[in-house]
Order: sequence, then structure tokens, then C-alpha cells
Amino acid sequence: MFHGHLNARMLRSALPALSLAVLLAAIFYTQPRAMSYFGLNLMLQYAVPIALATLAQMFVITVNDLDLSIGPFVGLVACIGATYLHDAPALGLFMLAGCIGLYALMGALIHLRNLPSIVVTLGMSFVWLGIAVLVLPTPGGKAPEYLKALMSLQVPLVPFPIVAAVVIALVVQAALMHSSYGVVLRGAGGNPKAVARAGWSMLRAKMIMFGLAGVFGVLSGLSLIGLTTSGDAHIADRYTLYSIAGAILGGAEFVGGRVSPVGAVLGALTLTLAGSFLIFLRVSPDWQIGAQGAILILVLALRALISRGEAR
Amino acid sequence: MTRPPQQIVDLTDVAMSFGAVRALAGVDLAVAAGECVGLVGHNGAGKSTLVNVLAGGLIPDRGRIKVAGEDITHRFNVRTAHQHGIRCVFQELSLCPNLTVAENARIFHARLRGMSWKRRAAALIGAKLDEIFPGHDILPHDIIGDLSIGRRQMVEIARAFTVTVEPLDLVILDEPTSSLDAVTAGQLLAFVRRQVAMGTSVILISHMLGEVLGTCSRIVVMKDGGVVAAKPAAAFNRESLVSAMGTVVEVQGVAPRPEIAGSRQGEVMVEARSRRQLNDRKLVAHRGEVIGLAGLAGHGQTRMLLQIFAAAGKGDLFAEVRGPVAIIAGDRQTDGIFPLWSIGQNVTIRSLRGMVRRLLIDSDQERAMAATWQQKMRIKTPNMDDNILTLSGGNQQKALFARALGSDAGIVLMDDPMRGVDVGTKIEVYDRIRQEAAGGRTFLWYTTEIDELKYCDHVYVFRNGIIVDDIPRDELTEARVLSASFHEAA
Repeated sequence: MFHGHLNARMLRSALPALSLAVLLAAIFYTQPRAMSYFGLNLMLQYAVPIALATLAQMFVITVNDLDLSIGPFVGLVACIGATYLHDAPALGLFMLAGCIGLYALMGALIHLRNLPSIVVTLGMSFVWLGIAVLVLPTPGGKAPEYLKALMSLQVPLVPFPIVAAVVIALVVQAALMHSSYGVVLRGAGGNPKAVARAGWSMLRAKMIMFGLAGVFGVLSGLSLIGLTTSGDAHIADRYTLYSIAGAILGGAEFVGGRVSPVGAVLGALTLTLAGSFLIFLRVSPDWQIGAQGAILILVLALRALISRGEAR
Repeated sequence: MTRPPQQIVDLTDVAMSFGAVRALAGVDLAVAAGECVGLVGHNGAGKSTLVNVLAGGLIPDRGRIKVAGEDITHRFNVRTAHQHGIRCVFQELSLCPNLTVAENARIFHARLRGMSWKRRAAALIGAKLDEIFPGHDILPHDIIGDLSIGRRQMVEIARAFTVTVEPLDLVILDEPTSSLDAVTAGQLLAFVRRQVAMGTSVILISHMLGEVLGTCSRIVVMKDGGVVAAKPAAAFNRESLVSAMGTVVEVQGVAPRPEIAGSRQGEVMVEARSRRQLNDRKLVAHRGEVIGLAGLAGHGQTRMLLQIFAAAGKGDLFAEVRGPVAIIAGDRQTDGIFPLWSIGQNVTIRSLRGMVRRLLIDSDQERAMAATWQQKMRIKTPNMDDNILTLSGGNQQKALFARALGSDAGIVLMDDPMRGVDVGTKIEVYDRIRQEAAGGRTFLWYTTEIDELKYCDHVYVFRNGIIVDDIPRDELTEARVLSASFHEAA
């Protein structure tokens, strides 16, 4: 019985990596030229900001909440990055720090007033968007040079997005899954009452998790303008759904504190590559979102099948 | 080792109300070092509230709390309780299901941090599990959610006894054996005795009166939020304890029902085989029988019930079921109650199909059913429209019984339904079951309490997922059930 358990769990945690491998194989089969340094670099360019946004979402999911404002928030960061951070770096940094602080306060509000996070973050998404439009009414601005330089870094042998994704995944994995306080933060999602009974502050846990979501949202926005070189309030509207889909693809569950940082990054890579794959298949852009949804359903169905095997 | 009896905790005149409900009405309770105090009483007598106050989880409206002689009423909370060496194993488990055994130990101990915390946490909890439950099969990196409820309880108990820097003076065990089988429960009680002999105090709350009588040095009886008796354990026996709690119980002398005392007859309602069964032994239930599923906890009884439930109506390779089926969950928090619904809605959910009039639910009929079953099961509430969670555990379970018994199901499956239920409620429910059986209902009853098998007409003993013995009522003895639970049946 235990043996079966272990196998099913291993299969389950290998699923994000497996789906990525299958997708990569399909891409290389349809478009062998993609199997090169430049091919991968091109396809995975936008993987870094999406992976960072996915991790931001994952932090919020860890404590049983959902963040519907991460897309507009990344957009706001992009706008601040392309204007204030370029023209008045000190003020820009101050504003970004303020954004992170607001995210932590949002977590505090949700915890103290016992509000549904979906409602609060949905409301805040309009606030972020509004500020972003005020900061940068029309698309434009200039990203700071160091961001552009960082995002176009040429690493020998392995494309930069892959290196960045691996580093980000390992750092967050170590912090959340292996550090002693990371355990408390995950426990706060698994059984909040028990964690509070053991003397930990749930308010602090929520504020830290939302604050971390803010930090990763900021990093996502900055890496995004490093690639696009200019900003736009609507630049990352799709990130809200991407981040949720990526986290879930990566093995996270909406409730219960079961998350996987490495899985979330793999999920983000899978989503990014799914876009390229559909282009290679000459699927019309009208159908792309639907086709991405189909890929999502396929992977989740597989996971449900494995879980059912586990329960038996 | 003789030393003057030192008070670990001393509660004076502690009172506590939740809205209009008075949970504690001025309770005095003192626990000396190296004392094992048994706390007994009905569900709803105030035990759980008292425990929560002791553990620092609830701040009483009135009263004084002294810990080790020091008055700390005003700064008493979970953290100070822990710092003063008071631990509690709550009735509803407080482990994080998404974390491993070792990680749950970490949650409990602020000190388990730094470089090698994982190894230290694993060693700490592993050693304590070995000490309390020798021969257990729990690994420190097992995820709690994958463990059975009994194993989770073992982890929770072991965790309460682990020590890093904070002292360990008093452990409160609230129904610690409710999900343990006889062997592990025995291991735990033996450990409690050793621990008490070494000077740690224990408060043991249990509905298993034998456990309390056999383990505790002093017994405190609670009723209606107050202490009604507190005497050395030797001054009590089973009967006097029960009468002190205020219930008149007829435990012994369940007469066999004459109509089925002889050979088994009547229409076969359920026929089921375990998937792992190699021989052709199978579980058979006739109309109007009460069938017991016995054996150690977690040896395939629940799986058998679920298999029968799934096979109802459509048949299955391994099970044949004639008639509608209802199930009464034992783990009522997880798969019994709907926590957001009223008591009435929780009772009627199984029967709503019959109450539909013009596509809508007839609310008069719904209310009438709730009222009838409130009376029949004697559910103690002023209003069936109140939320189900306003009921004490025993009364919640009564509501679940009402749900199944009020339905059209001719076959009722019971998955160890008496976990953490007080004696008075149990007796009422036993009577109800026998009445219903006489009326032609069939019961399949998984129970971990050997006493309850006396109410069954036929008993099947499970071990490792298969039926190893079937015992007719007149051959039923505790020894036979135990031996079948442990040895390969010939």
C-alpha cells in the first residue's frame, strides 16, 4: 500500500517536468531548428517575467488565497520602471518599495477583516491599473539600461532564460520548502488554526506571503520592461491567468498549502512554450488561448487520474 | 522520590460563556506535579472549553489562573502556556496535512531552526514515536495527509511529548484513543503511566471509562459546566462514575433478539467480498440484522463499507447490494457534516429528493422532518435552524444518525460512528439501532470498541484488508475477536 502511495506521489510531482519534456519534444519534432541556442532563447524570452509572476501567485496560493491583481500590478511596475525608475531612480525605487508595502497591507486586510481574497484583489486590480494609466497614459517610456543589459545577457552554452529560471526556482525552493520558517508559512496554508495554536502569528505569515508576492511582482515587471524596453499599463493583463494556470500546472492546489516552486517555474515555462508550439503548428491566434486551455485541461486531467490512483 | 506535591496549574472560579450558552460555571481545578487527572463528563459538559482555557486558547470571562504558583491570569495565552510547559492534544487534530511528520514537529517548536533543523526534527519526533508506540510504521518524512487518522493521532500525541528548550510539566490529552486501536491505545496508556511516574502531570479526557479508571490517580467529573465530583480514582468504579455523570446506563445485559438468535435467515440484503480475499469468505447481511465489522483500526473495514456504498444500485464484481444505502461517517468533520448549514439542513439532505414539489423543495416538509428527528434522536438544541456547529460533538453525531435513519435507506452503513461520543448518547443511539433493526433495517457497523459488538447479530473480523473470522452472536467473545485480529485464522 505504501509503495503504491509513494509511486503515485512521485509521478505526480514529476508531472510538471514530464509535460514540459513532452511539449519540448513536440516542438523539436515539428520545428527541428528550434533546437538551438538561439531558438530556445527566442522561445523562452518571456519565460522569466511569467515565471516570476507565477511564483508571486504561488505565494498567495500557499496561504489559501488567490491574487487576481498580479497582472495589472506587473503592468504598474512596468510603467513605474519605464518612467520614474529611468528618470529619477531614487523616487522610482521608493515607489516600488511602496507597492510592495501595499501588497503586504492587502494581506493584512484580508486576514484581519476575514475578507475573500478574490474580492479584495479584484478591486485592487483596478486600483493598480488606474495608477499605471496615471503614471504612463500612453505606451512608451524607457527602461533603465541596466535592466535591458541584464535581460539580453548572453550566457555561454545555455540560454539566459533557462539559467535565470533554474536559479529563481532553486532559490525559492530552498526558502519555502527547506527553510525552517518556510515550513511555518506552508503550515499556515495547511492548517491555520494549528499554526496559530503553536504560537505563530497568522497575520505575520499572511503579510510575509503577500509581501513576497509583491516582491516577485516587482521583479516580474522589471524583467518584462528589460525585454520590451518600454512600458504600457496593459502590458501584463494576461499575467493574472497565466500565473494561476502556471502555478496549478506546477502542482499547486488552491487550498491546503500544497505548492511547489520548481513546479511553478516549470508550469510557467510550459505555458510560454505552448504559445510557440501553437505558432509552429500554424494555429491561428484566435484559437491560441483556447488551445492553451486545452493543454491545461489535459495536464490537470492526468493529475486527477494519478490522484485517483493514489487514493486507491 | 518523595517531594512535596507542587501545583502545576491552579484554576479558581473560572467561568466562560459563548453568547447565551454557559460553557463553564465557576470551575476550580488544581493539578499537582506527577498526577494523572481523569476528566469525564457528557459531551457538552464543558470539558473541551476547560481544556481550551488550560491550553491558553480561550480567555475566560472570570476566574484566576495560576501556573506553578504564579498568577498569570492576564497574560495567559497559547505561547505562555507552552513556555510554562503546558501542552495539549486537541480532540480535532492540529497537524498540518500538507507537511511531513518532521515539519509538523518544527511548527510546534520555535527552537527547531538553523542549519540542520530537518534532521533534528526528524530525530526528535522519531525517537518519541519509538518510545510511545514501539513497532509503529511512521517515517519522519511521511506527509500527514497520506497517513490514516489513527497514525495522525499517534503523531500528534508523540509531538506533544517532545521537548526542546521549553519544559514539559503538563500534557492534556483530549480523547487521545478515539482513533487508536486497542494495541496502540494500550501502548499510549502505559507510556502515560511511565511519564506520570517520572513527574509529568497528565490530564486525560476520555469516554472510555476503563481507560480513565485504570490510568488516572484522581478523577474529576464535570456536568453542565461545573465540577460535580473529584475523588481519587480508587473511590470510583464504572457504575459510580457513570451515575456521577448523571446518566442511568444499562451497560450489561443486552438480550439477544430471539427472532434471529438461531440460524440466520431472511432476505439477503448485502453480499460483499474483499478485493484481496483469496478464499471464498464473504460478508452477508440479512434483512433486519446488525452486522459488526471488527478488528484493529484501519484494517479494511472502512474500505469495505465504501465498496458496498459504491456498489449500491448498480452492482459490482465484489459486492451485491439490494436496496438504497445510507452511510454514517465516523470522521464527521471531514465527511459528515456540512459546517455552513443548519442542523435541519444537515438532517434532511439525504431525503430532499422525496420532498420536491413543483421542482422546488417543500420547506414545510423539510421543517417537519427536522422537528420529528430532533425529537426522535433527542438532539439538544433550542432551534433546528441554528448552525450545526453550535451542537456539541455528540449531538452533531446524532444529527448524522437522523440523516441516515430518516432516509429511505434500508441498509445503513456506520463507519465507527461513536468516536468521541459520550456514554449517554451512545446508549440512546444503541436503542435506536435495535428498534430500527427490528423494524427491518439492516445495519453494517464498523466499530473499534469491542463493547459495541455485543449489539451485533453477527460479527466479521478484518485484518490486513480481508475477513479473517466470522462469528455468530452466541459465540462472540472478546478473546475470539482479539485473537482473530492478531493471528492468521486457521
